[in-house]
Amino acid sequence: MADFEITDRVDITDVVCPVTFVKAKVALEELDDGDILEVRLNDGEPLQNVPRSIKEEGHKILKLNDNEDGTYTLIVKKVEED
Amino acid sequence: MADVDYATLKKGGFMRQKHKNNFSLRLAVVGGTLTSENLKKIAEVADKFGDGHVHLTSRQGVEIPFIKLENIDEVKDALAEGGCKPGVCGPRVRTVTACQGSEICPSGNIDTYNIALKLNDRYFGRELPHKFKFGVTGCQNNCLKAEENDVGIKGALEMKWKSEDCINCGLCAKVCRLDAIKIEDGKVDVDYDKCNYCGRCVKSCPTDAWDSAPAYWVSFGGTFGNNISMGQELVPLITDEEQLFRVTDAAIQFFDDNAKAGERFKVTIDRVGLDKLKKVLNEAYEG
Repeated sequence: MADFEITDRVDITDVVCPVTFVKAKVALEELDDGDILEVRLNDGEPLQNVPRSIKEEGHKILKLNDNEDGTYTLIVKKVEED
Repeated sequence: MADVDYATLKKGGFMRQKHKNNFSLRLAVVGGTLTSENLKKIAEVADKFGDGHVHLTSRQGVEIPFIKLENIDEVKDALAEGGCKPGVCGPRVRTVTACQGSEICPSGNIDTYNIALKLNDRYFGRELPHKFKFGVTGCQNNCLKAEENDVGIKGALEMKWKSEDCINCGLCAKVCRLDAIKIEDGKVDVDYDKCNYCGRCVKSCPTDAWDSAPAYWVSFGGTFGNNISMGQELVPLITDEEQLFRVTDAAIQFFDDNAKAGERFKVTIDRVGLDKLKKVLNEAYEG
């Protein structure tokens, strides 16, 4: 994960759908264009839906890492709307 | 009231109630969709001619109970002003049901409402040896329970990996329920013999690294009344609408040609032979 300069981190493993996405979205809103957010999320439903939902909001997904403890780390670049 | 033609009334969706001279009027609804204009008129009719309530049926229909026989023409005219028509019951093609599909739901693989409208135009009310139900569900979450229907349509996605957009995150392999995706040296390899085209890989992909197109699984002979039986998929994945309607045409015609009066599709299939139906369907599939 050294490839990216992380601006902020959010852990969404303590909440369930649909709050998972909302928590990530709120964290992204705090950031500026081009900032990088690291999101820690659970396997299963959040993994299936959260990366895609963030992408559909217009942000860029850079990477997904398997932490091999039932959680994943998603690296997202904030993209401001025009 | 001596000359009431109950058969005609029933065909027009007037369901006899246990209360003498009262009918529950079934409306034609396609794919569970009504406009606000429809709803306003339904509410108005329920207030004026019914007892102020409506019933939502198990198959996405609306019925207005306590309609009096003598008001039937007036009620029909009032409903028509709001763009509503009476539905059907009896031995014919019933309401085509649908989930919200790809136009609304993030999980949807196919435009279910569009398919439901086309099925409705093609078959609604068609006279047959017994009732015949179509249901359209957008994906394998199967909210609409496709296999409960005489013919059930389920949305799928035909897909192919696009290497140039892939960031190798591995999500597609992770979400695949059939273990059909392997990633080696940055290359996503799909085992299409295992794949059931559910679309989860495409839906989960955070970089749109898939080319995909709507496709359809179709099941035949579902029934969930006195006898319960799940519809079975008898043809391979259908990949375009024209092919879909060739197959549904063949299924309904098989039923029309072979069914005894009062016999559901499942009973006809068991009596006449699954292989015969399969042959007919696969000929239609091939075109």
